[in-house]
Amino acid sequence: MDEMIRHILEILENDARASPEEIAALTGMSAQEISQTIAKLEETGVIRHYKTIVDWDLIGENYVYAVIELKVTLERNQGYQAIAERIYKFPEVRSVRLLSGDYDISLTVRGKSMKDVAFFVAEKIATLDQVQSTSTHFVLKTYKEDGVILHEPESIKRLPVSF
Amino acid sequence: MRPPCDPSKFVAEAVKSIPPSGIRRFFDLVSGLEDIISLGVGEPDFITPWHIREMCIHSLEKGQTSYTSNYGLPELRDELARTYYKRYGLDYDPASEILVTTGVSEALDIAVRAVVNPGEEVIVVQPSYVAYVPSVILAGGKPVIVSTSRDDDFSLTAEALKPAITSKTKAIILNFPNNPTGAIMEQEGMEDIADLVVENDLFVISDEVYECLTYGGTHVPFSSLEGLKDRTVMLNGFSKAYAMTGLRLGFAMGAPDIIHSMMMIHQYSMLCAPITAQVGAIEALRNGKEEMERMVREYDRRRRFIVKGFNSIGLECGNPKGAFYAFPYIGGTGLSSSDFAERLLEEKKVVTIPGDVFGEAGEGFLRCAYAASLDDIRKSIERMGDFVEELKQ
Repeated sequence: MDEMIRHILEILENDARASPEEIAALTGMSAQEISQTIAKLEETGVIRHYKTIVDWDLIGENYVYAVIELKVTLERNQGYQAIAERIYKFPEVRSVRLLSGDYDISLTVRGKSMKDVAFFVAEKIATLDQVQSTSTHFVLKTYKEDGVILHEPESIKRLPVSF
Repeated sequence: MRPPCDPSKFVAEAVKSIPPSGIRRFFDLVSGLEDIISLGVGEPDFITPWHIREMCIHSLEKGQTSYTSNYGLPELRDELARTYYKRYGLDYDPASEILVTTGVSEALDIAVRAVVNPGEEVIVVQPSYVAYVPSVILAGGKPVIVSTSRDDDFSLTAEALKPAITSKTKAIILNFPNNPTGAIMEQEGMEDIADLVVENDLFVISDEVYECLTYGGTHVPFSSLEGLKDRTVMLNGFSKAYAMTGLRLGFAMGAPDIIHSMMMIHQYSMLCAPITAQVGAIEALRNGKEEMERMVREYDRRRRFIVKGFNSIGLECGNPKGAFYAFPYIGGTGLSSSDFAERLLEEKKVVTIPGDVFGEAGEGFLRCAYAASLDDIRKSIERMGDFVEELKQ
């Protein structure tokens, strides 16, 4: 891959708000070139989405998250894609992954309460024909989300002046 | 009753003759100030990579708290020898040609003391790190200054060096990549200097602590030039490349006679470098390349950003090719480096270091470390831009 494109993507992955002017200064390209490259990366689907990682706990919005592990039976002529598509369309489902190991599929679900999540799993997921069993793990605390640490990191005090 | 005494009369003349440090003055100026942004810090703003810290913790858990050989842990010296052979084809014997020290600062001090006799001259190339002149004075030597200028991108030329060499010249202290200018040396220019060094039978003390922070090119160690290995002691350390400043670990590589002589001083002053830091350094050499390169890439981005920023506010700034300092020219504002830096601190709360602190050749410039967050760099440039505009009014 073009080294410059990798640079631009790295910058945007760390800070989606970085402006074309700022990225231009960091990469040595012109702001116009950056805008064009980003537009192309969006168009071709390399850049899928821009999102914000929020620590909802800090504003007292207590969402409940759960990781659900599923064992599934595949239908004739249907791969995992079909069951994954069935599941990821529910807005409660935040992520869906195919796993190796004891379980086939792992999903993350968000609800307003434990009851919400429990009902959703019992009524919408466990009842799917292909689902053999579910195992629900409620998330007690999230320390790191998508590479971002969700608590105040201990700041290291540097001297304001040194040799 | 016994008479009172004046303790200052006991202070040695050599210490009294050391010029006061301009950076120390800035330590005092910023103490107590709040909400300042600092570009004055000569250390990485990264924390030592976790895998290195983890090895230090593990070694403490195992109870590795003893002295080591005066020369340093054999495993560390082996690893250093392997690293420099792989990197530059330099062949140093880990048993007799490598000494592990407490930071490059100690390595510098004992290298100068091991080489310089009272009255001998040592050439110091400026602008440069503030410790070189005092080290020479404390060893009883006489520092002779050779200046570099922005006309040559602060690189040393043989023409500039030649007039400073006399029959009393014993050694020359080099520092590339350079603190504060960020200048590096290209091999061609180094070869001319090497010829001069050999012709005049000089010794080279080469502080290459910023070796790994070189952008868009490969560092050339002075000792890798033909015929220079035995007349050069290379000083280096882990502070800058691996963000290990507080662990205080450096090393020297050179001919057995020089390294042995340095060890003779080291064994009676430091005895040995701390074992915990040495264990961390082994890990850094074995597995730290990826993290180090990540930090260098990040410095490189900030470097482009800060250089562009300075030029956009009218402070002409060349492209530093090494270390993590930008050295913008402020001479056009009509203020001296010190006045500019002091007023900038007072009026805009941005800390920079005046260039003259690093020798007269640095007058008219500021040292700005871009080992700071992009956000801080952006804000500093905005504030400096406002300051420059206000000066024009």
